[in-house]
Amino acid sequence: MVRLNVNGSVREVEVEPDTPLLWVIREQIGLTGTKYGCGIAQCGSCTVHIDGAAVRSCSMPVSSVTAEQKIVTIEGLSAGASHPVQKAWAQLDVPQCGFCQPGMIMASAALLAQNPRPSEAEIRAEITNICRCGTYNRVLAGIQLAAEGGESGRG
Amino acid sequence: MTTTTPRSSAPSRRFVLGGLAAAGGLGLGFHVPFLPPAAAQGAATSTPEINAWVVIKPDETVVIRIARSEMGQGTLTGLAQLVAEELSCDWSKVTTEYPTPGQNVARGRIWGDYSTGGSRGIRESHEYVRKGGAAARIMLVEAAAKGWGVPAGECRVEKGVITHSASGRTTTYGAVAGDAAKLTPPKDVVLKDPKDWTIAGKPVARLDTLPKVDGSQIYGIDLTMPGLLNAAIKDCPVTGGSVKSFDAKAVEGMPGVRKVVQVGDSAVAVVADTFWRAKTALDALPITWDEGPNARVSSADIAAMLAEGLDAKEAYVGNKGGDVAVALSSAAKVVEATYGFPFQNHATMEPMNATVRWTPERCEAWAPTQNGEGALAAVAEASGLSASKCDVHKQLLGGGFGRRGATHDWLRQAVMIAREMPGTPIKMIWTREEDMIHGRYHPVTQCRMRAALDEKGELTGLHMRISGQSILASVAPNRMVDGKDPVVFQGLNPSGPEAAIGYTIPNLLVDHAMRNPHILPGFWRGVNMNPNAIYLECFMDELAHAAGQDPLAFRLKLMGNHPKHRAVLQAVADKVGWGTKPADGIHRGLAQMMGFGSYVAAVAEVSVDGEGALKVHRIVAATDCGHALNPQQIDAQIAGSFVYGLSAALYGECTVKDGRIEQTNFDSYPVMRMDAMPKVESIVIPSGGFWGGVGEPTIAVAAPAVLNAIFSATGKRVRQIPVKNTDLRRA
Ligand code: FES
Ligand code: FES
Repeated sequence: MVRLNVNGSVREVEVEPDTPLLWVIREQIGLTGTKYGCGIAQCGSCTVHIDGAAVRSCSMPVSSVTAEQKIVTIEGLSAGASHPVQKAWAQLDVPQCGFCQPGMIMASAALLAQNPRPSEAEIRAEITNICRCGTYNRVLAGIQLAAEGGESGRG
Repeated sequence: MTTTTPRSSAPSRRFVLGGLAAAGGLGLGFHVPFLPPAAAQGAATSTPEINAWVVIKPDETVVIRIARSEMGQGTLTGLAQLVAEELSCDWSKVTTEYPTPGQNVARGRIWGDYSTGGSRGIRESHEYVRKGGAAARIMLVEAAAKGWGVPAGECRVEKGVITHSASGRTTTYGAVAGDAAKLTPPKDVVLKDPKDWTIAGKPVARLDTLPKVDGSQIYGIDLTMPGLLNAAIKDCPVTGGSVKSFDAKAVEGMPGVRKVVQVGDSAVAVVADTFWRAKTALDALPITWDEGPNARVSSADIAAMLAEGLDAKEAYVGNKGGDVAVALSSAAKVVEATYGFPFQNHATMEPMNATVRWTPERCEAWAPTQNGEGALAAVAEASGLSASKCDVHKQLLGGGFGRRGATHDWLRQAVMIAREMPGTPIKMIWTREEDMIHGRYHPVTQCRMRAALDEKGELTGLHMRISGQSILASVAPNRMVDGKDPVVFQGLNPSGPEAAIGYTIPNLLVDHAMRNPHILPGFWRGVNMNPNAIYLECFMDELAHAAGQDPLAFRLKLMGNHPKHRAVLQAVADKVGWGTKPADGIHRGLAQMMGFGSYVAAVAEVSVDGEGALKVHRIVAATDCGHALNPQQIDAQIAGSFVYGLSAALYGECTVKDGRIEQTNFDSYPVMRMDAMPKVESIVIPSGGFWGGVGEPTIAVAAPAVLNAIFSATGKRVRQIPVKNTDLRRA
């Protein structure tokens, strides 16, 4: 039995301890917004927050997460897609197929939490997620928009 | 066996009742599984269907039916814009849904072609979907007019509100939809003049964005339904091989495992309660393969096979004018070069997957497919049932790029697995590794070009010999013409509305020696236009330099009869100020091409540092796609196409060793990420009068523009893709 805190609620799951957190989130907990893209920490589709930091959940065994650590998935990032990153994404129509976007959004939100006004170079260096549709320039614009809005939002 | 906690019920709220009409949210094809056809029919008729394309609900919601597949390219929004434009409805009330291919068959193919590839989604269906919208508008207005007892001609409509001007009475589409549905459809409809458009041609927001930013969008890989089991599969790593044996006993006791099955001759699958357990057991399963006749083939063998074709006597002719042999033998100078383009994997972000439930009476599939009808045919064939007993529920695609349309190999596998467990829905998911080694790859070709220049450096003759793989020979032999694959000549054709060469060359021969290695090819976003643009446009650059002329001026002289090709090339040249000196360290290259009915050109600005590291700083691209339906989406498609095209040109290659593809994941198959993404400035020049595609054409010009810029920066010609294999340090 593994006990996890996901999006603010405590979940108990019966699962082999070496199962990647990604698959526990998707299959045992049933939250499918977190995507599988590579399974080897290359693409970032599976990005979630653990205690606020972006983590590639495909490469983290569920046994290495403690019950005290707070896991946040795309479904729990905000109520009604109201996080500044999600608002910017909607405003700029960032997604194409959308499959990589939960990971992009989670990585971007974690970046802005750490560094509220990242430079373009910092964004390009920090956001290493893969998007095969090629939304990179809109992702960049989205992060910049969220950074501006986020600042005024914080007053 | 351990048990899992019950799954969250969250996804069930997205199940909606009804086959077609009662779609909730965006109506992206979520249906209660196995709803009997009668019930589906009932639901469909309970809300007025004005015609096959338009359903209007009492609350004014306009449901527009879309036959083509959405995979990120914006077709869903674009087609809805066209219908909504003619319908004159309120855009904010528009939702969409996919009619299933089974319903299309049952209704005499009323929704036409479902195939979504070749950038055809909009350009081949715009007319009949617009007519569908216009016919519905006429019926709605007529219904209102009848109710008022006034001539329809006295009524006008705007945003779904019908007004009788003389009496000042108004009503809405929702109020009259029931009456309109009973009217006889008009025979002829007149479409609006594009200059009067208010929805089409405008940068409206996509209809499918919100669920993609809050995680609620369900893709095929996310599906769940009562009783669903998961399957992981391994196909013989060498195409043409088969399963010799496997030891199911070794894994049958592992957690969650329900069944180990052989799939056809060449694959083995494990079915378990969860995918992770299925995959874990499959990894532990001892399998012995008979790797078959291709087990020793390597990339070098394939390259040698193609090289032989460069000199072969027999070749299919794609474009011929004058006498190139005479031109070459009488030339003042002959220039020769050989280029090559490797296998590329589509690497859609969502790996191949499908969910299938099979019983002896009925087979249903939930599939992310680019071609619903093709998927239905594949399901029928693999299920052993007639098509009337099968149906396909299309899922939104996590990327397609051509992989999910022409061949449904993955869907057949899922059907075969489901047949082993009648009545149980089975979701089969490929691992990224399976996806990488069982692609339908961008075809491999080489091209040798020989050109004749006269004393003044004018181009008098060109022979392009393409040697290599044919896509059609593998995926659609019925589309070959007397053994020839016309797709091979994309962008090099003598004329025509689809993919014509943009130069007038007095003596020209373009021919193809078909050489088909065992690695299976497929349509790959941009298709043969990708390598052909590199071959032609890099060689044009070589010729300009050999002739001592500016690459733009050299081209323009040959483009007098090709005003549309010329206009896009001139547009990018003007935008960057071709001929002016770029910033220090920056070097430029250009290219143009025509394909998928559109004219495209690009200028790339690059730098190469002392270590040979390449940086693409900026791409300026122009496209003339005739009509520009949604400028914002066109802009997004162009930027995206460069990521795809530049990924291929700079890093992409699938190599073959011991008969199998060597690259297994994104660590060995690198793709472009944000750090390498250049600035993209797109110029859309809709010259009107035709409909060209936008999802693919621009890909082709990115690579040659960058390669030509690399030459300008380093003096090195990169003639074999990808660039990463060439040392770019100045010699
Ligand atoms: S699935 Fe985790 S990084 Fe790709
Ligand atoms: S939007 Fe399709 S992979 Fe990123």
